[in-house]
Amino acid sequence: MKAEIFVKLKSEVLDPQGKAVSGGLKNLGFEGVKDVRVGKYIVLSLDDKMPIEEAGKKVQDMCEKLLVNTVIEEYAFRIEG
Amino acid sequence: MFAIVVFPGSNCDHDCYHAVKHVIGRPARFLWHKETVIDKDIKCVVLPGGFSHGDYLRAGALARFSPIIKAVTDFAKDGGFVVGICNGFQILLESGLLPGAMLRNRALKFICKDVFVRAANVKKTPFTATYTEGRVIRLPIAHAEGNYYADAGTIDELKTHNQIIFNYCDKDGNISDEANPNGALLNIAGISNKQGNVLGMMPHPERASEEILGNSDGRALFQSIAQHIEGA
Amino acid sequence: MKEPLITEELIKEHGLTPDEYGRIVSILGRTPMFTELGIFSVMWSEHCSYKSSRLHLKKLPVDAPWVIQGPGENAGVIDIGDGLAAVFKMESHNHPSYIEPYEGAATGVGGILRDIFTMGARPVASLNSLRFGPLSDPYHKHLFGGVVSGIAGYGNCIGVPTVGGEIYCHPCYAGNILVNVFNVGIVKKDKIFYGKASGDGNLIIYAGSKTGKDGIHGVTMASEEFTDDAQQKKPNVQIGDPFTEKLLLEACLEAMDKGLIVGIQDMGGAGLTSSSSEMAGRAETGVELELSLVPLRAEGMIPYEIMLSESQERMLLVVERENKDALIDIFKKWDLDAVVIGKVGGDGFLRVNWHGKMAAEIPATKISTDAPIYDRPSKRPTNQDELNTLDLSKVPDITNSGNDALKKLLASPSIASKELVWQQYDHMVRTDTIVRPGSDAAVVRVKGTKKALAMSVDCNSRYCWLDPYLGAVHAVCEAARNVACSGALPLAVTDNLNFGNPEKPEVMWQFIGAIEGIKDACIALNTPVISGNVSLYNETKGDAIFPTPTIAIVGVLEDADRALTQWFKAAGDVVMLIGQTKEELGGSEYLSLCHGIERGLPPTIDPLKEKALHSVLIKLNAQGLLKSAHDCSEGGLAVTAAESAFGFLIGAEIDLGASSLRADALLFGESATRVLISATAENADIVEAAVVAAGLPIARIGKTGGDILRIKAKDMTLIEMPVSELKSIYDTSLERGLNQNEHI
Repeated sequence: MKAEIFVKLKSEVLDPQGKAVSGGLKNLGFEGVKDVRVGKYIVLSLDDKMPIEEAGKKVQDMCEKLLVNTVIEEYAFRIEG
Repeated sequence: MFAIVVFPGSNCDHDCYHAVKHVIGRPARFLWHKETVIDKDIKCVVLPGGFSHGDYLRAGALARFSPIIKAVTDFAKDGGFVVGICNGFQILLESGLLPGAMLRNRALKFICKDVFVRAANVKKTPFTATYTEGRVIRLPIAHAEGNYYADAGTIDELKTHNQIIFNYCDKDGNISDEANPNGALLNIAGISNKQGNVLGMMPHPERASEEILGNSDGRALFQSIAQHIEGA
Repeated sequence: MKEPLITEELIKEHGLTPDEYGRIVSILGRTPMFTELGIFSVMWSEHCSYKSSRLHLKKLPVDAPWVIQGPGENAGVIDIGDGLAAVFKMESHNHPSYIEPYEGAATGVGGILRDIFTMGARPVASLNSLRFGPLSDPYHKHLFGGVVSGIAGYGNCIGVPTVGGEIYCHPCYAGNILVNVFNVGIVKKDKIFYGKASGDGNLIIYAGSKTGKDGIHGVTMASEEFTDDAQQKKPNVQIGDPFTEKLLLEACLEAMDKGLIVGIQDMGGAGLTSSSSEMAGRAETGVELELSLVPLRAEGMIPYEIMLSESQERMLLVVERENKDALIDIFKKWDLDAVVIGKVGGDGFLRVNWHGKMAAEIPATKISTDAPIYDRPSKRPTNQDELNTLDLSKVPDITNSGNDALKKLLASPSIASKELVWQQYDHMVRTDTIVRPGSDAAVVRVKGTKKALAMSVDCNSRYCWLDPYLGAVHAVCEAARNVACSGALPLAVTDNLNFGNPEKPEVMWQFIGAIEGIKDACIALNTPVISGNVSLYNETKGDAIFPTPTIAIVGVLEDADRALTQWFKAAGDVVMLIGQTKEELGGSEYLSLCHGIERGLPPTIDPLKEKALHSVLIKLNAQGLLKSAHDCSEGGLAVTAAESAFGFLIGAEIDLGASSLRADALLFGESATRVLISATAENADIVEAAVVAAGLPIARIGKTGGDILRIKAKDMTLIEMPVSELKSIYDTSLERGLNQNEHI
């Protein structure tokens, strides 16, 4: 079982990296990019025997406690069996 | 007695020890991050700079789960003095002992240089009590994630309770965007908790404590807290 | 991976010649097994065996009363008094950095740090010497940014300050950049550790990161020319983990302090192969390994891969059996793996087993003693005479103002301020840096003593190209001059010899000339070469780099409070020039930049005069008679004066008086063994007398003060510019160069 977690800065927080990438894309001639947000992608390999609801709860707990700083970041995740 | 916490990846632990022990001549010892007790004789805990746990995931994110942080939290609750410098400040933020968070520097680069900061609300913390209000001091910074952020409500709280202790400024004390090295909100370089016994700051006072280093503006911070402890 | 059969093709793929393969067969007395072939191939690669250079390296002076350890160990060691020793070395990571600049440079830093702390020393300061192609090339902008971030990323994280270095950009490096990294550490004289597997029956312990498939045959890559498919070599590049190295550093130093280690060596280039065989070779013992005990990161690895992996942040330790548990406990405390993987044997064999089955059995000392040594043919390039001719009558002199030329020179990436770069390096951590980057030499105090170490890295490769011998003499003398300008006595050298393909006689000629130059200069200055590195095959599609024998020198400053910098300190001081200015424009930055000419001969240089200069500088500074001292090199006197003015924005009025020399030679000529100093008016006479007594020319050429830099000569005002305007050009040029045609 695999959990994929996506972490990005909250929309109200300035993302200096996203800004730089946005400028870079413009310089390379890519038009039509309105905004760039750079985030993190975390993959967890989980014990296959774990019930999916329990896995969901655990992953959420992991996000809140360690993987995400909720002062500046928000997250989403999906679990695949 | 001062205690300097050593996390795996602490780099400024020996520098802080040197500043306390050899520059201002006060007793100091190291505290390993796996320790769980802060002895009674320890009056001030220093969380030093460095790259605890490699700064992997986020600066300070992993260090906050070191056993010692629980002890530091209790120590602070009981009124013990805690100062976090650079990575130590980041750890205080991650562990919730201070509000807010650090973003990457707006130029996305590590910056190591001398900056000017203006001391405000100096009576709020015993670390700054001997600085005069509004004094401009020169201190080195060395970080990649020192771009302080907090939501508007938190910033209001900080202001209301006089918790903003250092702001980046120019040599004349003007707090301007040009004088802001990393993009920190309100040029914030250091804040305290509401009670004033916990201070977090990005600049390194221990690197500016001796004439031979070309700068001793930071020494007063260590002297100030030492005098306070001895007077208490 | 499955083990292939040993075929002619496989032998060739391993970079072994038929003759070299013949040697292997005669050492073993049989056909090698696959793992053995791999072991010989890396140990006999140019990178590990120095087969093209060894014959010539032997000529270098390596002894002095203060030398504790010369070449042949992980790093060289000198006595610095107070019961302490300085351990230092320089190493290249050129090829990996061209392919993947961030990781290439980062792992270069990691490697040199391991060389220092395996000797028991705590690393205290790093330098680097970087060379790129023109920054107008977007790929070189990318390389520049990547290399600088890589050095910063690793050095900052591990908490060792990067206190100085040099950066040059020249088209000769367009296909092969150079990344040379230097580190110095400090150790108690009686606590130095060596890479020796001594004591029959002692245990071999593996510590640090797990072994993966990264970097297999990295050293063979460093021993080949690049072709068009350099990018395809990416899998060879290792990834650095500075955090793990920090833990390894602390754990090793703690274990050494407790006396738990007999011998130690890092697993860098050629990994477990070189560490195990070299440790056995040095101790004249044997080593027996069971590879199934090695912590692995990748699945399905075979002995060949485990022996050749260049995974970073790993150490091989030799311990006595009764200390095993205590040692493992220390590594556990630092969250590191440490496991027994074998033992020291008494019969001189390197034995590698895999689940009890023999994978290699080689007489350990023979790997080095029977390694091929080549006396490769050398030949002076046919165009060298042509290159050395310079007809100045066709070069227009400066007739009224040299302002434009000065501005151009100050904006050149080789001269302009590198603040943009060193601001990304933590150059203050450890609170020892008393002269920060930007002055001639960096100075780092030694806590617990009155002393400081001064260090500088240098090489003018254009000089070396025009005349390898003279160029190398200049490199040694200038690095030493920089150290002396801080008031310190230069004590020893570490070198990084970067050259093209040694199989070309012209490259060999350059190499031999440079060695002779280093030798003569080091003998004259009494600065032996105590460690170093050779990087050959710096060629792409047949084009070699300029010969670049990078020299780093460490010196001792007896009184740290007396550290001298290059900047004018106050108005009203007397400005003096020590040394003689001749009409020497050959190979100068000025001719290259302002006239597009790269030819002629480098300036003449006399290392004995150079030694006299250093002695008098050190003596005068110890007496507190000097306010500033700045070496005159690239860009000549005018650039030197401008840089001296920048520190505190103090100008100067300089008059060089009447002269038969060309005006541009007076301003921008690079005559050697010259230093621009300032002293108070009261002390000027004493200073002058001391320099004259030392047999060196000295001239009072002006006074500090004001906010203008004015240089007159031959009744003309040749330079007249506000210092702040010059400084702004100097400060911003590199950034502008990097930002033009911004490319991500």
